[in-house]
Amino acid sequence: MTDKKPNVDFHSEHHTELLTINMGPSHPATHGTVKFLVDLDGEIISRIDVEVGYLHRGFEKECEAQTWTGVFPYTDRLDYTASVLNNVGYALAVEKLIGIEAPERCQYIRVIMSEMARMSGHYTCLAAGALELGAMTAFLYFVEARELLWDLIEEVCGARLTHNYVRIGGLTADLPAGFGDRVATVFAKNRELWDEFAKLLLKNRIFVDRMRDVGGISATDAKAWGYSGPCMRAAGVAYDIRKTNPYLVYDRLDFEIPVGTTGDNYDRFMVRMYELQQSMSIIEQCLVKMPEGPINHNDPQWRQSSKDDIFTDMESMIFHFKNEINGVPVPAGEVYFPVEGANGELGFYLVSDGSGHPVKCRVRPPCFQLTSSVKYLIEGSMLADLIPTFDMINLIGGECDR
Amino acid sequence: MDTAAILETGAKLAFVIGINLGFFAPVLAWVERKQSAVMQDRIGANRADIFGFTVIGLFHSLADALKLIFKEDFVPRGADVTMHRLAPMIALIPALMGMAVIPFGGTYEIGGHAVNLVVADLDMGLLFVFAIASVATYGVVIGAWASNNNWSMLGGLRAAAQMFSYEVTMGLTIIGLLMYYQSLSLVEIVAKQESFWNWGIIYQWPAFILFLACAIAENKRVPFDIPEAESEIVAGYFTEYSGMKFIMFWTAEFIEVVTISALCVVLFFGGHHCAFISDAGLVALFGGGDLGNILAMLFGVAVFLVKVCVLIFIQMIIRWTLPRFRYDQVMMLGWKMILPLSLVWILFVGVAILTGLMPTPA
Repeated sequence: MTDKKPNVDFHSEHHTELLTINMGPSHPATHGTVKFLVDLDGEIISRIDVEVGYLHRGFEKECEAQTWTGVFPYTDRLDYTASVLNNVGYALAVEKLIGIEAPERCQYIRVIMSEMARMSGHYTCLAAGALELGAMTAFLYFVEARELLWDLIEEVCGARLTHNYVRIGGLTADLPAGFGDRVATVFAKNRELWDEFAKLLLKNRIFVDRMRDVGGISATDAKAWGYSGPCMRAAGVAYDIRKTNPYLVYDRLDFEIPVGTTGDNYDRFMVRMYELQQSMSIIEQCLVKMPEGPINHNDPQWRQSSKDDIFTDMESMIFHFKNEINGVPVPAGEVYFPVEGANGELGFYLVSDGSGHPVKCRVRPPCFQLTSSVKYLIEGSMLADLIPTFDMINLIGGECDR
Repeated sequence: MDTAAILETGAKLAFVIGINLGFFAPVLAWVERKQSAVMQDRIGANRADIFGFTVIGLFHSLADALKLIFKEDFVPRGADVTMHRLAPMIALIPALMGMAVIPFGGTYEIGGHAVNLVVADLDMGLLFVFAIASVATYGVVIGAWASNNNWSMLGGLRAAAQMFSYEVTMGLTIIGLLMYYQSLSLVEIVAKQESFWNWGIIYQWPAFILFLACAIAENKRVPFDIPEAESEIVAGYFTEYSGMKFIMFWTAEFIEVVTISALCVVLFFGGHHCAFISDAGLVALFGGGDLGNILAMLFGVAVFLVKVCVLIFIQMIIRWTLPRFRYDQVMMLGWKMILPLSLVWILFVGVAILTGLMPTPA
């Protein structure tokens, strides 16, 4: 071979340089505001820097100025595609710090709403993933499924996106009458849409070629990067906080954890697809098993009292006044409580000094760790591979940048 | 050239340009919106109205045109102004020129004058279409380069590589068809498809599939829209185009869709022929004479247009169903799959014609 080599050394005599481009923060693919500083060698990404922080709103500092209850609307805006999950995570952390447990019915409702939020998050992620590969029809099929789901959520808490539904020791409202029937109708349609979505994409060679063997990560590396959630499970590690560290009533429910093998985008996609089915099954089980009873803690000191109670019960009146003005007197101490968010381990680390305000409200956002690994996943691949990888990492700006 | 011939050519030219710019371009914009809406369970654009009449959203194309005409004609700093202005024209004009050799009807005797419904009856009509289509590549590449934008440049590079690759392949996919009809003249190819059993699709359906794939790739539409992949490179080669210049790129794309469909109709679906009635039979059916000829001509053009619309519809379905390829996958498909397959098909057709397995139409 050597004697056939041309005399000209093209590498030294032809001047080439890398093309540096700024992808984002306002770029069609960088939803959730992130910036990629990409050095392109033709179509190959030779270096990539991921810059987060464009959606930083000072969540953690804002919380310190709020009463414990006042933090709930802020948590909605963390992972805004699955906001009840954030509500639940925060409420459970505060309840653990106080040392109370919400009534059983409340726990079931929290599971129902959490799973609906997870479905909403997954629908958004999968649909956006399809959209950015150019499959707009598939995108709208899942948007329809999400709309139907949001109709249900709206019935329960009156909001479609930022729900602000959970309270310390309880909830703002019980499920409306006939909710189970409507869930059955909506889920029948959602399962139909799931099938159509799967047919459109999973048997489509173009789609599979775009997703398969792209952005893969081994189980060891995934652990090393601090992965959690669907991306971790896609790599073959069955780590799901609902199973490994059950909270609420998850230990009483029968569900499976879909686990992938290769950790590539296709597996991430499939894990989310199957989790949608699992979530639907969890909700249906909850609706059957759910007992009647109160939805709020019986001690008015800790719960959000209803207006009826406030006007008829003196204790409620006093604590309502005290809690609204000074905040819930959470005992001094610190706590970390993780829940399984739509993207992975969503942890709240709270510190209280006994006043009515959090001294520190730190969030462990699942997608920060995932986003930090994009450089590792994508360097050396093609520019077009960045799109499905980033979609399946599912950076949510509100959660990552806070 | 006598006056009648000049008038005839002028009329045909006006028809081709008129139907493309006046009918297909705006209506395709509407079809793209409405068809996608139907496929995606939406209502689609339906708000633009004139005195309360919306005409199922058709006025949106008009509103688009009006809006874009009044938009700022933006040229980015550092751009090559002349080239930036020239590029959309280089994209649009060849797209229209390709239609010149496509026969949209047969030959009719009207007033003792033979009217051949093709603007230019060239011997090598098919080569002309391909040659002109490759000129359109320049519009894209020049536009991309002149914009002084990295996204545009990436799009332009992708477009150049893709369109060049698929031109080669597209030419090869229909060699088998040319061997079958033994002609390069589109008029002759159509004339040979008078009987339904001689339609290209009957014996040449593999060529049709390969050709359509190449044609969509040449056209830069989904799933081959990598030069303008909006999630990767913003809008590719026309990122820096606005107003009417943007419309020109966009119209060029729609007219290319029409050209491809028309070419498919001419090569594979019998052109203006309606399956089982010969041209002479059709004239006789309409009563013969000048009137019969005129009616037969109108009928032929209508048949042709209906077939074109069906093929456009198929292309739109593809466009709204499939996701997008990656750059290397597009190249792989072109060079490593479609190209060898078309070579195999050429070999097969050659052997089949020699052994009489595939009787060539007279």
